[in-house]
Amino acid sequence: MSAHQRGNFSDVWLAYRLRWKRRRFLFRIWRKRKQLAEVVNRTTDIGPNDILAFVTVRNEMTRLAHFLDYYRNLGVNHFVFVDNASDDGTAAYLKVQPDVSLWTTPHSYKLARFGMDWVGWLQWQYGHGHWCLTVDADELLTYPYRDTRDLRALTGWLDQQKMPSFGATMLDMYPKGSIAQATYEAGADPIAVLPWFDAQNYRERVHPIYENRWIQGGVRERIFFADAPERAPTLNKTPLVRWHWRYAYVSSTHQMLPRRLNHVFGTPARPTGVLLHTKFLPTICAKSAEEIHRRQHFENSDLYESYHQNLTTGPDLWAPTSCRYENWEQLVNIGLMSKGDWV
Amino acid sequence: MTVGVVMLVHTAFDRAEQMIRHWVAGGCPVVVHVDKKVDAATYTRFVNALSNLEHVHFSERQRCEWGAWGLVAASQGAAKLMLDQFPDVRHVFLASGACLPLRPVSELCQYLDARPDTDFIESATTADVPWTVGGLDRERFTLRFPFSWKKNRRLFDRYVRLQQIVGFKRKIPDGVVPHMGSQWWCLTRTTLSAILNDPKRPEYDRYFHRVWIPDESYYQTLARIHARKIESRSLTLSKFDFQGKPHIFYDDHQELLMRSGSFVARKIWPQAELLFKTFPRKTEPARIMAEPNTSTIDRVFGKAVERRTRGRPGLYMQSRFPNMESENGFTAAPYTVLQGLDDVFPDFTSWLAKRTGAQVHGHLYAKDKAHFAGEETVFRGGISDGARLRDYNGRMFLTNLVWNGRERHQCFQFGPADTQDIRWMLAKDTNASVWVVSGAWAIPLFLSNRPASEVRAEASRLQRIEHKLLKVLRSPYARARINISTLADFVDAPMDILQTIIDEMAGHRATTLTEVPKMADLTRFAAFLQDLKNQGMHPFLTGDFAVDDAQGPKQPRSRKPYVVGKK
Repeated sequence: MSAHQRGNFSDVWLAYRLRWKRRRFLFRIWRKRKQLAEVVNRTTDIGPNDILAFVTVRNEMTRLAHFLDYYRNLGVNHFVFVDNASDDGTAAYLKVQPDVSLWTTPHSYKLARFGMDWVGWLQWQYGHGHWCLTVDADELLTYPYRDTRDLRALTGWLDQQKMPSFGATMLDMYPKGSIAQATYEAGADPIAVLPWFDAQNYRERVHPIYENRWIQGGVRERIFFADAPERAPTLNKTPLVRWHWRYAYVSSTHQMLPRRLNHVFGTPARPTGVLLHTKFLPTICAKSAEEIHRRQHFENSDLYESYHQNLTTGPDLWAPTSCRYENWEQLVNIGLMSKGDWV
Repeated sequence: MTVGVVMLVHTAFDRAEQMIRHWVAGGCPVVVHVDKKVDAATYTRFVNALSNLEHVHFSERQRCEWGAWGLVAASQGAAKLMLDQFPDVRHVFLASGACLPLRPVSELCQYLDARPDTDFIESATTADVPWTVGGLDRERFTLRFPFSWKKNRRLFDRYVRLQQIVGFKRKIPDGVVPHMGSQWWCLTRTTLSAILNDPKRPEYDRYFHRVWIPDESYYQTLARIHARKIESRSLTLSKFDFQGKPHIFYDDHQELLMRSGSFVARKIWPQAELLFKTFPRKTEPARIMAEPNTSTIDRVFGKAVERRTRGRPGLYMQSRFPNMESENGFTAAPYTVLQGLDDVFPDFTSWLAKRTGAQVHGHLYAKDKAHFAGEETVFRGGISDGARLRDYNGRMFLTNLVWNGRERHQCFQFGPADTQDIRWMLAKDTNASVWVVSGAWAIPLFLSNRPASEVRAEASRLQRIEHKLLKVLRSPYARARINISTLADFVDAPMDILQTIIDEMAGHRATTLTEVPKMADLTRFAAFLQDLKNQGMHPFLTGDFAVDDAQGPKQPRSRKPYVVGKK
């Protein structure tokens, strides 16, 4: 048997194994469905071509008003929320929104694959055939021509090009000065408080199994993970997918199965977006302190403990070379996202 | 009433209705063809909505599938109806529901009135244009295509391949020379009725029935037989991507469309409210007879195709496959790598920066940290100077650095004491210019004043590493500009090499060097090398220094000893 043939054989074998892996994920999603309790279900309002957003939240009261406005403006027709035992009024607020369906669960976020099992079950039921946006409350999607073309235009173009998924890079936004010092009022644009970002200190390689582009770098790596770059947060995501009930997210929205959905940064022709990450609002200090006790984030909570310790002290992430956010065109010029051949 | 519009509609009926009303208001009769795939309820609603318009007719419905005969049959039927019902019509304009008139209908009428005998139809022979996608140009006319390209792609491809292998060829009817072009035309009554009433039409129709994408070739070919005066261009502005799919116009194209001066554009995004509000524009006397000018729009859309095929060099984040060996190079801009020069000239980096205006870094790949120019801790773009972080992906560190600093020429020092991961990258990158003074690592060892026996191991290690780099740089795969000289040759005539480096880095701003920078004191250096040899370690990379030359090789003039800090 030649080396080439062996290569083919192991490819087929890997594809077969991943197929079963995907089925196991779907089974797991189905098994965990009982963790969800329905609060309000308005999914009958969903029209055949509607764009849906799936979000898991915990104590996001400060961000929600702006978050909903932002995505409504972009053309999201219906929001499906999973509330993970918030105690700041998040659930009550969401419950009265006319375009929100809400489920709640007190169970472990970490054991539900960081919410992917819960969201997966709802996508399985309501997402099929729709363009589904899966984001966190602190992620604001931007993409080329964002000001003039809404998500319907973007997804319409993706449909025409037969592209079932759309990739985006997470961009950590931060203030100048200590992150504890910034002031933010609920409902305001968080980017006005966090206008700074690291322009080009990212690296990437192709994940050998899932074939996604694995992107790391940015400010969190520069400040917190300089000595353990392999532990630095993963920044590539596939937040927008024309959903099929057979699909499953693997680890957050970084990777998906089947693998072809991960080929979002593949060729120069593909447009990509950026998820403006508003993690570093002043609330982060209190949240990090809570996180140290809850230990619900990330695979290896021990390693992240010092990171969260660090965050509670309100460090300054700003550097003289930081870049100030202006608009989507700036992100294209810097090279953080691409227009592809969408003109 | 001189222009009639044949409109093919299959979706976005509210927009289509809006367009029909617009044409009718401009005095053009409209014959509408609605795809048979559209359900009866929608169709009835659509017809009822337009029932109050006098000059609108609906033609017999055909099933229209992309690339198949139905589209031609649809336009044939509608065109015939148009010619029969409206005897005043002199030009027939084929449009779709997604076509938006940019200029007032009256301007189009006047434009056509001035050219009563001209047919506007893009029509070129297959041999002369590179338009076709998928390699099927001539073969569209000579093979059979019973399978749908969209639904049964695999069967389609295989059947084509089979016919190619067997050597099957259909006979093209006599007198027919295959032409193709945009399917959106504007033909005169004379030409159109000649095509529709041609006695040989059944034969032509039978033939074109089996041609692939006949709507791009039926009228285009037959117009060549009947037309008196063909202007081979479409009055409808439409742009195609590299796959042959039409580009869509959105609100932000308003400016471009405005400037194009085209009469009609397609495809318009149905939700592009601004475009539907802006266009068609009001009549402007100055512009009435102006020719369309699409050069700007051509350039903008052409760029997208270029991006598609080439990407942006040196930028990996931009959805580019990380193919390190691709011909676009790894990096965004030319940069210079200098090895050994800062050992020979202790104050080299600041001297070079002053001389060239380039951004001259220290040892970017030093083991302790990245020594950026001016010892900054964070370089542009947020690149950290941490060694761990850098070495985690040494190549990407360099591509990011060159990309972020692309406004100035980037230059950095390299040496055998540094991390060597980028060795192959330096050799293969066509943007790299690598200058090596081999054996220069011996100078810091010599200046450390430690005896040869102590530094022997270190010297041997550095020489091994440098030797490996030289091997890579001399390999047949190396594509960088590479210049290697031994330490002995270099100190013999440093001016020539320095001048070349400065010319290359500073370009037209380079000046002629009048003096070399201060060189390290090499008195007794030859003896030091001999000591090393006596220890059994032959520093062959330094070149030959004469042992008895106590002054070292040709010193221009004696100067104060200069001590370099320990490396």
